[in-house]
Amino acid sequence: MPTISRDEVAHLAGLARLAVTEAELDTFAGQLDDILDSVAKVNEVAAEDIPPTSHAVPLTNVFREDVVRPGLSREQALANAPATEENRFRVPRILSEEA
Amino acid sequence: MTAVAEIMDYDEVLERFDPVLGLEVHVELSTDTKMFCGCPNFFGSDPNTQVCPVCLGMPGALPVVNGKAVESAIRIGLALNCEVAEQCRFARKNYFYPDMPKNFQTSQYDEPIVFEGHLDVVLDDGETFRVGIERAHMEEDTGKSLHVGGADGRIHGAEHSLLDYNRAGVPLIEIVTKPITGAGHRAPEVARAYVTALRDLLRSMHVSDVRMDQGSLRCDANVSLSPKGSGEFGTRTETKNVNSLRSVERAVRYEMRRHAAVLASGGEIVQETRHFDESTASTSSGRPKETAEDYRYFPEPDLVPIAPSQEWVEQLRTTLPELPWQRRRRVQQDWQLSDEELRDLVNAGALDLVAATVDAGASPAEARSWWVAYLSQQANERGVDLASLPITPEQVARVVELVGEGTLTHKLARQVVDGVLAGKGDPDEVVAAEGIEVVSDDSALQSAIDEALAAQPDVADKIRGGKVQAAGAIVGAVMKATQGQADAKRVRELVLASCGQE
Repeated sequence: MPTISRDEVAHLAGLARLAVTEAELDTFAGQLDDILDSVAKVNEVAAEDIPPTSHAVPLTNVFREDVVRPGLSREQALANAPATEENRFRVPRILSEEA
Repeated sequence: MTAVAEIMDYDEVLERFDPVLGLEVHVELSTDTKMFCGCPNFFGSDPNTQVCPVCLGMPGALPVVNGKAVESAIRIGLALNCEVAEQCRFARKNYFYPDMPKNFQTSQYDEPIVFEGHLDVVLDDGETFRVGIERAHMEEDTGKSLHVGGADGRIHGAEHSLLDYNRAGVPLIEIVTKPITGAGHRAPEVARAYVTALRDLLRSMHVSDVRMDQGSLRCDANVSLSPKGSGEFGTRTETKNVNSLRSVERAVRYEMRRHAAVLASGGEIVQETRHFDESTASTSSGRPKETAEDYRYFPEPDLVPIAPSQEWVEQLRTTLPELPWQRRRRVQQDWQLSDEELRDLVNAGALDLVAATVDAGASPAEARSWWVAYLSQQANERGVDLASLPITPEQVARVVELVGEGTLTHKLARQVVDGVLAGKGDPDEVVAAEGIEVVSDDSALQSAIDEALAAQPDVADKIRGGKVQAAGAIVGAVMKATQGQADAKRVRELVLASCGQE
C-alpha cells in the first residue's frame, strides 16, 4: 500500500508552484494515496510479457516534412501577453533561479 | 559579490586526486523548421517573428515531429558508433521557467534514440583518447531571455526579463559522455579535444552550424575529483556558459583546482550548476541542481513512439559522408604527410581549408604552405581562427594558379593575398586594381638593367670580366627599381646577356 507523506506533498506543491495550506497537505496526501492505490492495481494485472504502453493507438513514426509553414505574426503572438517590451514578452523578475 | 574561491596548484591537485569528467554537448540542428512545428529555424531574426501556437505553448496546440531532425539524430548516433533504439519515446521534463512557454520541455528520458557509442579524440601530441558516449537524445531548445536592470545582463539584480521565443522549439540533440576517467593531468585538454572532435564531426555531416559563439553548439562540463586511487567518484558540479573551445579547457581546469582546495580543507562540494566567466576564467555558483525526480518526467502523450526500422537505419548509414578521421587518414596517404605534418595541419585547424584548396585546383604542397605558414600567421596577428580569415580556399587556389602561370612571383602573391584579406575583392580584381603584375616585358626590364649597370660600373666590369656571381647586386637593384614586380630569374638572364656572359 503506497503512502505519500505530507512532506512529499509539500515538495511536489513547491515544484508545481502551488500555495498549499497545512490543512490541504493532509487532504491532498490522503487523496493522492487513493490515486496511487488505484494505479498500483494495474501492477497486479500487468504481466511480464506486456510492454509498458504510453499510447492507446498502435502508431509509430508520425513525422512532418521539414517544410516551413506560416505561423503567427509578432502582433498576433504578443496580442494577449500581460506585458510586452521591445517586441518581447515581459515577465517579472526570476528570483534565485538561473537557467 | 561572491568571494574569490581558493584554488589549489594544478600539480598538487594531480598528486592528490584523479579527475572525472562528464561532458554534455547540446547541438542545435540546422533543419529548415523547428522540432515540433513548421516555424522557421533561422538564427538572428527579429524577436518573436518565428513563432506559432505550438512553440508558444498555447492551449490545444499539438506537436508533430520533424522527420528530418529524427534522421539527423540517428545519423549523429551512427557517426558516434552508437546503437539505435528499436523504439523510443519523447517525455515531458517539467519545470517552471519563463523561457519554456509550455512549462515543460519535450525531451527524451529513459529511452534515448541512440546510446552506447564512442568517439576517438586526437590530442595535441597526436595521442588518441577514446571517449565513451552514454547516449544522445532529441529535445527542443528554449526561448531566449534578456534580463533588464541588473549588471551586465545577468539575472542577479535584474528587475524583469524579456522573452523572445524564436529559439523555443529549435531541434536540439544532447550528447552525453560516459564518465571520462584516466585522463589525469590531460583532463582539461581531453575535454577541449572532445568538443573539438565533435564539432568537426558534426560540421562534416552538415547537421548543424556548430557555432559556439552563436550557441548552436554548447557544452556543459561536469567535473568531480576522486581521491587518488580510491576509485570513488566525488560530488560533481556542472559548469555552464562555456562558449568556446578554449573555455572548455579552462573551465575544467579551474573546477579541478577549486574542488581540490575545498576537499583538501575538509569541505564538501555542493552539487550545483556553476556559471563560467570568460573574463576571469573562473566559475561562480548558480542554482542547486534539481534531481531527475524533481523534473517529474513522464511519457509525452501528444507524440507517438519512434521505431526506426533496420532498413531505415542502414539507409541512413549510407548517407554518412567521409568522417573527419577517415578524411585524415586519406589525406595523409594522398598527400604523403608524416604524422607530424598531419598533426600540425590538424592543430592549425587547416585540414579542411587545405583540402578545399586542393579541390579547387592547387597542389597539396602549395595549399598547405599558404595555410600553415603565411595565413596562420595572419590569423594569429588578427587573433582569429584560420577559418575566419576573410579569404576562401578558392581564392587561395587562384593565387597559386597565378603564381604557376608566372603572372605573380611569390612576393607579389603575398601582396595579392593581403589585398584579398583587406577586402579588396578576388585575386584577379586585386591584381587588376593594384596593377600588380610581374614585369616580364623585356624592354622595360632592359632599361632598368641598363640604369643599374650604369649606376654600378665597377660591378658591371666584374661581370663582364667573368665574375657572374656579382650579377646578384644588379639583379637586386633591378628588383628594387621594379618594386619586386620583375621575375628575378629573367632579370638575371638579361643582366648576364647585357654583359656578354651567356
